[in-house]
Amino acid sequence: MSEPGRIVTGCLAPHPPHLVYAANPEQNEPRSSGAGAWAPLLEGYARLRESIKDKEYDVILVHTPHWKTCVGHHLLGVPHFEGLSVDPIFPNLFRFHFDLQVDVELAQAIHDEAEKEGLVMNMMRNPEFRVDYGTITSNYLVRPAFDLPIVAISSARTYFDYSDEAGEREMLALGAATKRAVEKTGRKALLLASCSLSHRHFTDEPADPEDPSFEHIYNENQSKWDHHVMNLMQTGQTRRLLEEMPDFIAQANAECRDGSLTWLLGAMDVPNMEAKIHGYGTVIGTGNAIVEWDLAAAEVQA
Amino acid sequence: MSDGRVLGAYLVPNQPLPCMAPEQSPAWQSLHDSYAKVRAEIEASEADLILIFSTRWVSIIGHQMQADPEPDFWVVDEDFHQFGSLHYKLRIDADFAATYRDCAKARGLEARTVAYQGFPIDVGSISALKMLNPDNRIAAGIVSCNVYSDRAETLVLGKAAADAIKQSGRKVILLGVSALSNRMFTEWIDPQQDRIHSLKDDEWNRKLLELLGEGRLEDVSQLSREFSRQANGDSKMKAIWWMASAMGQTNDYRGTVFDYQPVWGTGAALVGLTPAKNLGGGLEYDEDDTDFFRGDRNVLSTAKQKEVKP
Repeated sequence: MSEPGRIVTGCLAPHPPHLVYAANPEQNEPRSSGAGAWAPLLEGYARLRESIKDKEYDVILVHTPHWKTCVGHHLLGVPHFEGLSVDPIFPNLFRFHFDLQVDVELAQAIHDEAEKEGLVMNMMRNPEFRVDYGTITSNYLVRPAFDLPIVAISSARTYFDYSDEAGEREMLALGAATKRAVEKTGRKALLLASCSLSHRHFTDEPADPEDPSFEHIYNENQSKWDHHVMNLMQTGQTRRLLEEMPDFIAQANAECRDGSLTWLLGAMDVPNMEAKIHGYGTVIGTGNAIVEWDLAAAEVQA
Repeated sequence: MSDGRVLGAYLVPNQPLPCMAPEQSPAWQSLHDSYAKVRAEIEASEADLILIFSTRWVSIIGHQMQADPEPDFWVVDEDFHQFGSLHYKLRIDADFAATYRDCAKARGLEARTVAYQGFPIDVGSISALKMLNPDNRIAAGIVSCNVYSDRAETLVLGKAAADAIKQSGRKVILLGVSALSNRMFTEWIDPQQDRIHSLKDDEWNRKLLELLGEGRLEDVSQLSREFSRQANGDSKMKAIWWMASAMGQTNDYRGTVFDYQPVWGTGAALVGLTPAKNLGGGLEYDEDDTDFFRGDRNVLSTAKQKEVKP
């Protein structure tokens, strides 16, 4: 009998397209100046890549705020996508030629497990569907080679259509369903919650978008919340983080309202382990943390 | 002297289903058929530009104006991908986009044109243009809906549109791509049984349509905040604010409600507004008016920078 699957590592892996722009990969059409505005985040992603480089995983799962769905939760259900992804918000920075594989079997398994939880689930089977830039960005920053299949899960609008509390319950259920599907299919999975922390943007941009003198957190309130949340992560207080999540969302305009972080915590059984903060920085005023919950290492220690 | 002016305006739905799959629902079919009446009106006009404000094109960096003269791509709806893809090839008035950008900047707004191969033009604009201007006989312009802008900023954006229309000499039909009530069903429904999400949403929609049918666009603009609170109005009803502002903030229109139907629970209406003299009656303004945008008011950031002495 094959070995049951497991989640190897869970990461908070925000998706500012600015970071892809700054990295100047050949797949991205625009070229950056290299002025360095987002260096702390690029360095954080480098540390995350170093931390996971020797881990064994065979699929990357990403929950993305930039595939927004009103009719339940959707999963990519086509084995291969390639094309051009132009960010509708920052088209000057992100015009990325992507080519990626999808683990449709695992996606279907998550779909089926989540339906058992009573969630509305949908498989996306249209081969012309444009994969959102959040999925592409987080995957690129974590594993630029795109040499492993992915699973991409949309962000249902439950928080917006009903309430933050209803959204939280649903994302914990989706996380639990994701965990079961990973275990049943025997996958070794890396999970990415593709979201920022505080999420208030500046509505203008300097002539050089990478100008470091322009970049700072939108205001002190956002910064304090971000640091408080990172402290909870670092000290293993994920239960408390979930308890405070609706306040965080409301008071810091947190992108966690798109459900990604709570899905991740739910999939990891809300671990009380200390998370590793690889980096924190701002992009056009938003607060972004790169965080790792190294479940594999915790298992070895136990 | 330039004779640029707005010939009329239409409010059209934000969902693609009446365009993509009308046969699946009597409501969607009805909207699909009613689009033909609006199309006939537009074709009979002297318009040389259809200018769209779409709630489905969200921006963060100020306001974006589509300026690719011939965008040629496709769009797949995030929810309704099983209904197929919308392939498009449009004719965009790039010169007007640049003029609109400059007029917006002159009123203090952050604005820029975008012209990139593969740019994902929003599904609301594409559906509207496919239904109302299928052969690109009239050039189009599209402006985004900034996620952070409120009434004041949206009014300024509308006034900048009026400036640009006057300056460019274009004869323009405005399209507001927007739902009325915007609560969608969050599960799969039988399209045959589509209905407005709740009776309350339906009642509010009908009240708004009663006013629009009387041509009272500015009254609807003044009522938009309350409507949005009560009926989950689409994007605070910014499309209404923009249209009302671009047309001069009056009630002097001949209003026609061509249709009103549910689309996946949302209130989807086709409404026409043609300028007409002395139909509006008195105006009661509760909302402020703004001519120039002075930027975001980041209260906490400002407080941090200034020393407060007791």
